[in-house]
Amino acid sequence: MVTLMVKRFGFMIFTMIVVSVILFLLLETDLTGDPAIRVLGQFSNEEQREMWREQHGYNQPVMVRYVKWLGNFATGDLGESIRFKGPVADVMLPRLWNTAILGFWTFAIMIPLSLTLGVLSGMKEGSKLDRSISVFGILTTSVPEFASAVIFSSLFVFGLKWLPGTSSMSGGFEFKQLILPAMVLIVYDFGYVARMTRASMAEVMTSQYVRTAVLKGLPYKSVIVKHALRNALIAPFTVIMLQINWLLSGVIVVEFFFAYKGFGALILEASLNNDIALLEACAMVAVCVAVTTQTLADIGYTFLNPRIRFS
Amino acid sequence: MNDHQEPVLVCKDLCISYYTRAGEIPAVVDFSLTVLPGETIGIVGESGCGKSTVAMAIMQYMGANGGIKSGSITFKDRDLNQMSEDELRHIRGSEIAMIYQEPFASLNPSLKISTQLMEVPLAHENISKEEARQRSVQMLADVKLPDPERLMDSYPHQLSGGQQQRVVIAMGLLSNPSLLLLDEPTTALDVTVEAGIVKLVADISKKFGTSQIYISHNLGLILETCDRVFVMYSGEVVEEGTIDSLFTWPRHPYTHGLFACIPLPTADKNAAPLKPIRGQLPLPFERPQGCYYHPRCDHFKPGLCDQEHFKMAHVEKSAADHRVRCLRHKEIDQRLEVADGEVKEVLELGKQVLEVDHMKKYYEVRDSSLRALISGKRIRYVKANEELNFSAREGETVAIVGESGCGKSTFAKVLMGLETGTDGAVRHLDNDISEIAVRDRSAKQIGSLQMVFQNPFDTLNPSHSIGGQISRVIKKFGVETDKQKIFDRVMKLLDTVKLPRDFYFRKPRQLSGGQKQRVGIARAFAGNPSMVIADEPVSALDVSVAAAVTELLMDIQRKHRTTLLFISHDLSVVRYLSDRIVVMYLGHILERGTTEQIFAPPYQPYTEALLSAVPIADPEVTKREIVLEGNLPSAMNPPKGCPFCTRCHRRIGDICDNEPPPDQVVADRHVIKCHIPLEELKKVAPVIHVPDEAERLHAQQSR
Amino acid sequence: MDTSTATTKMPTAGYGAAIWRGLKSFGLLRESWVGMVGAFLVLFWVLVAILAPLLAPFDPNSSIQPFAKPMMAAAKGGTFWLGTDHIGRDILSRIIWGSRTVLIYAPLATICAYTVGILMGLAAGYRGGWVDDVLSRIADIILSFPVLVLYIIIIATIGASGLNIIIAITFASSPGIMRIVRGLVLDLRNRDYVAAAQTRGESDWKVMLVEILPNARGPLIVDACLRLGYVIITIGVLGFLGLGLPPPDPDWGGMVNETRQMAMAFPHMTLFPCIAISSLILGFNLLADGLREISLRD
Repeated sequence: MVTLMVKRFGFMIFTMIVVSVILFLLLETDLTGDPAIRVLGQFSNEEQREMWREQHGYNQPVMVRYVKWLGNFATGDLGESIRFKGPVADVMLPRLWNTAILGFWTFAIMIPLSLTLGVLSGMKEGSKLDRSISVFGILTTSVPEFASAVIFSSLFVFGLKWLPGTSSMSGGFEFKQLILPAMVLIVYDFGYVARMTRASMAEVMTSQYVRTAVLKGLPYKSVIVKHALRNALIAPFTVIMLQINWLLSGVIVVEFFFAYKGFGALILEASLNNDIALLEACAMVAVCVAVTTQTLADIGYTFLNPRIRFS
Repeated sequence: MNDHQEPVLVCKDLCISYYTRAGEIPAVVDFSLTVLPGETIGIVGESGCGKSTVAMAIMQYMGANGGIKSGSITFKDRDLNQMSEDELRHIRGSEIAMIYQEPFASLNPSLKISTQLMEVPLAHENISKEEARQRSVQMLADVKLPDPERLMDSYPHQLSGGQQQRVVIAMGLLSNPSLLLLDEPTTALDVTVEAGIVKLVADISKKFGTSQIYISHNLGLILETCDRVFVMYSGEVVEEGTIDSLFTWPRHPYTHGLFACIPLPTADKNAAPLKPIRGQLPLPFERPQGCYYHPRCDHFKPGLCDQEHFKMAHVEKSAADHRVRCLRHKEIDQRLEVADGEVKEVLELGKQVLEVDHMKKYYEVRDSSLRALISGKRIRYVKANEELNFSAREGETVAIVGESGCGKSTFAKVLMGLETGTDGAVRHLDNDISEIAVRDRSAKQIGSLQMVFQNPFDTLNPSHSIGGQISRVIKKFGVETDKQKIFDRVMKLLDTVKLPRDFYFRKPRQLSGGQKQRVGIARAFAGNPSMVIADEPVSALDVSVAAAVTELLMDIQRKHRTTLLFISHDLSVVRYLSDRIVVMYLGHILERGTTEQIFAPPYQPYTEALLSAVPIADPEVTKREIVLEGNLPSAMNPPKGCPFCTRCHRRIGDICDNEPPPDQVVADRHVIKCHIPLEELKKVAPVIHVPDEAERLHAQQSR
Repeated sequence: MDTSTATTKMPTAGYGAAIWRGLKSFGLLRESWVGMVGAFLVLFWVLVAILAPLLAPFDPNSSIQPFAKPMMAAAKGGTFWLGTDHIGRDILSRIIWGSRTVLIYAPLATICAYTVGILMGLAAGYRGGWVDDVLSRIADIILSFPVLVLYIIIIATIGASGLNIIIAITFASSPGIMRIVRGLVLDLRNRDYVAAAQTRGESDWKVMLVEILPNARGPLIVDACLRLGYVIITIGVLGFLGLGLPPPDPDWGGMVNETRQMAMAFPHMTLFPCIAISSLILGFNLLADGLREISLRD
């Protein structure tokens, strides 16, 4: 067990290094186009570009630059943002916090809802509840986030006029402004998690050990809670951990749409404005969060599954 | 067992159907049964006869689309079908308990054994946790599990298959039920482990007074455990009676046919071959008029047997409850047909074609745990095959016998070239093939050494047609190249395995298990092989189908003079068709010799135990009982000395643990690997005693 | 047992037979009404895309009459069935032509992703060993990127164009496909018929493509439908974020983005493209569900 954890963490660090190399090669070197052109624009001339390159140390050998860059990263010096004209760290942290809030509320509602409905529909496969949840799930996963954002806006902002149209929080934190972005995310992801949970629960309910539990004469509640759920919730657990990875993608659209000053919108702005330092930092942070949750999901799965834990 | 007791369970005229999209499927048509307290009843039949459906009906767990159409099941005078879920819940586990076929799947992998055991009495009786725990520990000891306290804290995957099944049995007995249902409880277990469970089941009635219903397809097991038996065919009982009456004198043609399909000790592949039952089991909605068995019956009389459906009748001159569903049972005298089978000619053996010379196969396993890193021992070996030595001649049938983990599959893989041997040589037609992987062998070499696989459902590619698959094989071996010639050859092969020619166009899922296995055989013989390895070719098939496939294999072998390496764990089949036997255990050959030599003393102790574990469906045959204790050691960490020392019932001392036993030559090509001196082994009494004609007559007259 | 040779003739092989069999299997869909609805939706849009020149009433890129409401008559004849956008382009025509864009790029990208994913998955699952290790590690690393972040980085570096979008989608989707194929191969390679082929000395790739892959087609077809749905979402989102195909080609996602500021007064401009893209994705999802139901019933 301990070996497994060490191995996973080792791989995590390996992944981060490989990712950093990839990012470096893509964004800082000539692999995909001159960075100077990217930053200064197509209409700059060679002199300006040379000057810029000298200024930013682009004429040193690649390995040296990479090590320096990595070192900077590790010590927290994430460079300067061109778009926001300030240190990247200062720009990124509050945005991360905002996305964290949005993510927290999204999960706080989505997870209990989808787990409960998934379990209930898996328990009674083929019932009306099961069918309606399945249909609802398919519908919601078929509507892209920007489309549901449009639909919800039309309904709640323009139609019923219950909720504000943007979530820029210009007047300080207002919970009301969080509702629409969270709703879009919840509705989209709910379908996926509920269906995964349902599949897992349905599989467990038809397993032989649940049959044994029923034929031992155990009360129904005991069969479900003690025998079925124990095994049925292992897979959804890992799925939920991996939803954090999904969230980092989902928030980009939602934050962009509702002008919410979060991390996702930041990544988008960085790329649209060719703000290299910011983009690199955001990408590294995003991957770091994703890889960490993946590793935790792996370890958690191993822990929850006695077959692997005690072998 | 006196007749004044109230029966525990009564099934009366039971009729069970499944209601699917395709319509009603009558699974059980007419089933009646009475179980008295303390009795063990056997229900025997092949797949599709409805025996498991009956068990599920008793538990009232037939799924969403199954239901009892008519008839009743009464448990202690209460109609089970009329009970509410709550009442059923009270009965399940505490009055009626069930043991299932696959022990590991029946246990919850995430809960400890203690939890799963204790919840049974806790749910049904008003006792404390302490008491529940004590009773569970006691029950684990009662089912002969070692170290019960430690077992309580384990998880199911940490136990072996036999241990798991004992736990399931303990779980069933914890609340002292009146009735125990056992649905093929030993099918998934090894033979020697099965013997232990069978003995346990036989003792349950004596020890706890529980009535039992034992469902199986194996008549030998039924003989060893039950008092009375019911034979089912196509959803109804065709014969019932006590073990004595039914096994000595079966009256229904189907029962008789079943016995003729089983390789009893009296069968001989040349002098008294198996007589497979012709035809096929009818589908549930295609049952014929009148007697369901008449299309396959040798005693069919048109106008009598195909009219109306009829009931069971009592058999005169037999025990009180011997009943049979046959209109002609008084006229048919089965005993006159005993010597009716065709006699096949004995195959003359030719020169040596295979020589296995000190072959070793070790698998490398990289141990990447921290401990190994520190101690420096990163590479460990799974010693799958250790020093194998034997030979085979042209036309000979050599059986490789052993249980799971003995290394027979590894050996097959090395022969076929899927793996290469680590050391030693395997010479086939004077070429050492142990070093040559399959991709380096010539087409001719490959074609001359082929394999028939175990699982008929996986043996053919579901996406391609039968004809296509066999054609590909013919092309690959270079037997024919012309399209028309290949086609003709496929047709001839289909004829040889007695399949209709238009099966060429069918896909595997349209074939039954037996038919698929025939295609597998056709495929193996497509290249005119000189040697064929058959890896448990009939273990997954029903008894009557297995008999047909076995006979087919024998016929083809006779015609082509092929050497057959028959891998199996079923010693009855092995005794029937092999000339020589090699007994393997944990990668070693513990004994090898001709069939007669193996079955008679002197025995290697493992052979002895293996022989005593084989269920034999002949009541006149006596066996010595040997039950093995202990566990199979891991192949990565085999014992230093004799591999069998952890379980051997004749272990003589430390020498068995520490020193590898020597090869003792008993006769030409009969070798035993054991420390016990040969003179002692020769003094051991035979395990199986098959009475000859004189003894049988005597036994019957004294009945 | 009929053994006469007169009734059995040699079978005809060839691609024609295979395609005919493929078409016949569409009839299977009759068993699942969910799949039927899905197939109907997909076919609807495919027909719209094919017949775009005949169906679209106006040129999708020319500005005719800005801010027209749905069902309003055009000044020069014809009707704006779905209204026009802020530049004056007919929304219905843009939606019709937009379906072409989606239904060309999405299947192309998916086919590329599948080809790469299947090859990688077969090699990793069948060969095992270091091949599996390396390929799985690569897949893990790519999959550890949040999907959209990955797309943003790729598009930001290589630029937005039709080809680049296909490259980006192939790159981002093939690890997932590889994982699925690898899982299927790991399960299938233990079957006896694979061992039978190996014992005949068939080469590795022959075994993978002839024995194993055809038996994986059930789950893969279901996954393909689902993945087409994801790819369409991706193309839509990229268009929405401004990272999609460069203008002026009508692109449903881009249409939503361009017009959302005016959604308060003129909701039709954003709603109709949303409905269009949602219905197409729904079609693929329902089709996948229907196919899964059928394959389970087998």
